This record gives sequence, C-alpha cells and structure tokens, in this order.
Amino acid sequence: MDFTPIWLTLKLAAITTLLLLVIGLPVAWWLSKGRAIGKVILEAIITMPLVLPPSVLGFYLLLAFSPQHGLGKWLQQAFNIQFVFSFQGLVLASVIYSMPFMIGPIKSALQQLPVSLSQASYSLGKNKWQTFIKVLVPNIRPSLLTAIVLTFAHTLGEFGVVLMIGGNIPGITRVASIAVYDSVEQMDYSTANAYSLILFGITFILVISVFIFNKYRLKSPLE
Amino acid sequence: MISIDIEKKLKVYLGQQVLKIAAQFPPGSITKIYGPSGAGKTTFLKIIAGFIQPESGKIIAQNATWLDTSAKINLPPQKRMAGFVFQDYALFPNMTVRQHLEYATEDAKWIKTLLEIGKLETLTTHKPQHLSGGQQQRLAILRALAIKPKLLLMDEPFSALDAGMKSALIKDLKRLFSEQGTTVLIVSHNQQELDGLADRELIFRDNSY
Repeated sequence: MDFTPIWLTLKLAAITTLLLLVIGLPVAWWLSKGRAIGKVILEAIITMPLVLPPSVLGFYLLLAFSPQHGLGKWLQQAFNIQFVFSFQGLVLASVIYSMPFMIGPIKSALQQLPVSLSQASYSLGKNKWQTFIKVLVPNIRPSLLTAIVLTFAHTLGEFGVVLMIGGNIPGITRVASIAVYDSVEQMDYSTANAYSLILFGITFILVISVFIFNKYRLKSPLE
Repeated sequence: MISIDIEKKLKVYLGQQVLKIAAQFPPGSITKIYGPSGAGKTTFLKIIAGFIQPESGKIIAQNATWLDTSAKINLPPQKRMAGFVFQDYALFPNMTVRQHLEYATEDAKWIKTLLEIGKLETLTTHKPQHLSGGQQQRLAILRALAIKPKLLLMDEPFSALDAGMKSALIKDLKRLFSEQGTTVLIVSHNQQELDGLADRELIFRDNSY
C-alpha cells in the first residue's frame, strides 16, 4: 500500500490547522466583541462552508484561481504562484473550508468569558493584546483544543473541495479521501478499506482525546 | 483632588434612569457610596475607571483630564490606572494567587507585603477555584492594590468576609491608604459596614422615570 496519500493528508491537516490558528484567534476575538453589521456579514461568509456543498466552493475556487483568468492569471504572472492542481491550492481551499470549525468555538468561548476579566486586566495597565494572550486565551483552553481538533479532523475528511481544486495528482494532491475514492473506482476494495480504516482510526483517536481531556482537565475554567 | 461631573442614562426595567453625579474627592479621602439597588453605583465606578463612557461629563484627577466629552477626551483605563475591586472579583481562573500579583507588579517586596496583609501567604500556589469566597475577595483587593493606585474603586469589597477578617483587613487597609495617600471610593449596601474606615459619604438616589 502507498502511504503517500496518508502523509499528504496529515501534512495538509497540520498546515491548515496551524494557519487557521494564527488567523482564527484574532478574527474570533474581533468577532466576539460587538454586533456591528460588518461583523455579522463577515461571520455569515465564514460560516458559509458549513452549509455550502463542497463541490460548489471548490468550483468557484477553481474559477477564481485558474491560471487562464483574472486573479489566478495575475498570481501566476506576478509571483509564479499556482493554486490550481497544486498542494498550496489544497491548503488555500482547506483554510477556507475549515475556517468555521476554528473560529466558531473560539468566538463562542470568548463571548462567554465575563467582561470584567478584560476590565480587571486593563485596570492593571495591560493593553488589549497582553490581556488577550495572558488572560483570555488561557481561559478558553478547552474550546481552543476543541477548535484545533475539529479543524484537523475536518481537513482529514475533505473530499469535494480538494478534488475540485487539486484533482488527483499522486504525491501532490492525491490525499487519503481521494485515494479511497480512486481505489473504489478501480474496484480495489482492500486498498480503499486500508485507507478508510487509517482515516477512521486517526479521527476517532483525535475526537475521543478531546472528550477525555475536556472531561477530566478543563471542563470549564470558570466553574 | 478628583473632580467628577457626569451624566449617563441607565436602562432599567420598564423605563430609564438618569445617573447625574457632581462630586469632588480630596486626595487621601475615603468615601462610602451607598444607595438603593440599581441606582447606578457600580456604573459610576466603571465610568471613573474608564470602562463605560457617559453621555456627557468631565473627570479631572490630580490636574489630569481623564474625561471631557465636550473636548472629546476619554483616556482608556490603562492610562487612568485606577485600582478596581470588582463585585464578582473578576479573578483570572488560569492564575495562581502569586501570579495574580505578579501580573500586576514586578515588585517582589510589595507582593510579599500584600500577601501578609491579605493573609494569603500560605495560598500563593492556589488558583481562584480552590479559594474560599473570602479568600477570593481578599485576592481581588490585593490585586487592585498591587499597582499602588492613586485612586482605588471598590465595589462591595467586604461582602464575603467574616466580621473578624473584615475588621483586621480594614485596619490594615486604612493604614496602607494613609501611607500611600490613596483616594478611595467604596460602594457598599451596608451603611454601618465602613464605619471607622470611610470619612465621607455619597448617597445615590433612585431617579428612574
């Protein structure tokens, strides 16, 4: 059995999760404060991948980043970057597709923290960034962990969106979920089963770990 | 001298209320604030600290303008550095007793003094969830004192303390306030609670309509 799709999937999930953590924390923090119309619209856009068929998202990403048209053409000519049928394209699609899984739990957790925690920190002379890093983030650890694992696990299971923008190029865009589909197409059920079992096992271990960790360690920091 | 003249509309059940306060607090004075629930006592303290902005008004502390709505001046809480003891304590669940004080100040000697005043020397590694209500309240007071504020705002700071602890703490705090020339505003439901500590009082009335 070729393990490349598994490694590629894990690599994609790790990079996507890391990028989304960096993007998601400040965005979730910003969204958690107030309900201005701009924030509501941005939150709706971020939430769209939850309900949109993955193939629709993949199709529009394919159009947007096609080297023959507008943005994709410009990226190709100006920076020699190609998102279609490349690993970086998978990363881009995964970041967009998994964004609600990272931002949703973090935003909800931040909203549930008493506002007096931030105010207490400000009264000690700490700025907003110091307060965020030293007070707010440490007190949403269970939700942060949940967001990280959900994002990672969700990226492992992506199919439609990565197939649309990445295709099925061995060693570059052929992730495990596509390898399963490809094996079934070729009537190679034992290989499909092997890939499926590995994905199932990794996902199960991740999800059960979060449940156990949150149950015993950090049910709620405010309880 | 701290000079305050503010006006803020408060939303109350089935109506509105206007919080309109004009008062001056001499340096080193300790003022007891009391009045009916919902009269705006906590809001008043939060306006002074910079957490809430009033519709109009002016706050001048030690010749520095903290707030002047007509001149569009509104210093953030970080610049005002008024010590604040929250009614719900607002302790940081992720920090131990010592870490709370270290977050506020790097002065190890001062931290040691504060821990002695609050009788928390043996609990320095405990997090808030492992402290009693009284211990949490004392930690909230110590944290506010850690920055050596010129103005200290206390919202029901002694409500969870037993009589003995309250009396000892008030005695120590009175000495500390006097040494540091701290101006103190204390909100309390209990008029007698602060006898012997406060030298002035400010009474809030219900102005709902």
